[in-house]
Amino acid sequence: MSSSAMVTANQLIIMAELKLFRTWSSCFCLRVVWALDLKGIQYDTIFEDLSNKSSLLLQYNPVYKKVPVLVHNGKPLLESLVILEYIDEIWKQTPLLPEDPSERATARFWAKFGDDKVLPSIWNAFIKQGKDQEEAIVTAQENLGCVERQLTGKKFFNGETIGLVDLAFGWLANLLSVFEEVCGVTLIDHEKFPLLLEWIQNFADAPIIKESWPPRDKLITRYQAFHEVYTSKEAPK
Amino acid sequence: MAKNDVKLLGVWASPFVMRARISLNIKSVNYEFLEETVGSKSELLLQSNPVHKKVPVLIHGDKPICESLVIVQYIDEVWTSSPSILSADHYDRAIQRFWAAYLDDKWFPAMRRIRGAQGEERQELVDQVVEGLALLEEAFGKYSKGKAFFGGDQIGFIDIAFGSLLGWLRVTEKVGEVKLLDEAKTPGLVKWADCFCADAAVKSVMPDTEKLIEFSKFLMAKMKGAPPPKN
Repeated sequence: MSSSAMVTANQLIIMAELKLFRTWSSCFCLRVVWALDLKGIQYDTIFEDLSNKSSLLLQYNPVYKKVPVLVHNGKPLLESLVILEYIDEIWKQTPLLPEDPSERATARFWAKFGDDKVLPSIWNAFIKQGKDQEEAIVTAQENLGCVERQLTGKKFFNGETIGLVDLAFGWLANLLSVFEEVCGVTLIDHEKFPLLLEWIQNFADAPIIKESWPPRDKLITRYQAFHEVYTSKEAPK
Repeated sequence: MAKNDVKLLGVWASPFVMRARISLNIKSVNYEFLEETVGSKSELLLQSNPVHKKVPVLIHGDKPICESLVIVQYIDEVWTSSPSILSADHYDRAIQRFWAAYLDDKWFPAMRRIRGAQGEERQELVDQVVEGLALLEEAFGKYSKGKAFFGGDQIGFIDIAFGSLLGWLRVTEKVGEVKLLDEAKTPGLVKWADCFCADAAVKSVMPDTEKLIEFSKFLMAKMKGAPPPKN
């Protein structure tokens, strides 16, 4: 929880112009929201409609044309994990990464594993059907197994407090159950993933984090629509 | 630091392993290079990278560090007295991390698929790669500020991330009979590539293109003859 200490003149200058371009639902944008909120940083929010991107967004992110974009004193920062490290370097309170280089390397490894392997494999399990889905579930659960083991003896991936890896996996605490509900498949059960389920509870209910979850019913509607599009493209095998 | 305190598991042909080697060279770190045999994985590799079972793995003391860009940043953070690989400026570091991630997430995956692709799909991949090079040319112009490298006078994070991919870029050009890095379109990058390959930290670890071509043919043949992969 951020302290209510007086904001110094320096902090005012650093905060001077901080804008976050985001959507209401994007889990990547949520990471940045959490990082800023956990550190007690003030910022302006610009909500984007990705079907009608603002000229500012396109100017700030010509390579990917995506959110999140964090603009600090007119300079755009792109890619959520890159943004998180930037925030952590500039604002030292409530550190997201440990000091020790090998622990930092471990954190970066798992954040990358989450984005490169876990998320795509769970998305695959969500959009596929029949035998393809069964195989996708096996892969997703293998990946989740690696993640489960990282929580041994820890409340959060970062230890006692939330850190970069927790924010990187934050989507597991809301989106996963949405996917499970929409496609009727249970990916994380108590028998195989007790630590992950406990982490989901701890993370979802943590101060700051719990105040920012997008409305679940809107997410269900959104992902139901995705599911229909994907499953209508492929005939069940 | 004694030589056997730093080990690097790798293979000569891997651009990702090259990143670690260049970084260690920049920092003048003595290390033991443990070359993995193609087609099999050592016990040490399986133990130190149980998640991916891949090289490179840097083993410092008893700690394994995995993932090439994670390794490069680790090297930069541990050996601080030597030339920096990432910028001291926080915004510049973010830009460097952005471009390195772009190369790994978007550019290189498209490039490595060119050789196996055909027709329209192949053309789309080539277009993507060429478009990416145009973006990188622009980035080079901006960040090099007239100097030899993205990092200025010295090789930096983007140089390492991108330069390590040059070997396979050349293989794709020769074997795929396609021009990707074009002096007419990206003159800055062409010159940069020469400077990069000539740098003392790079020269000894940049594989010969002809050797890479032979290796890629060997890999393709092996893939065709091998049983379907399990994962």
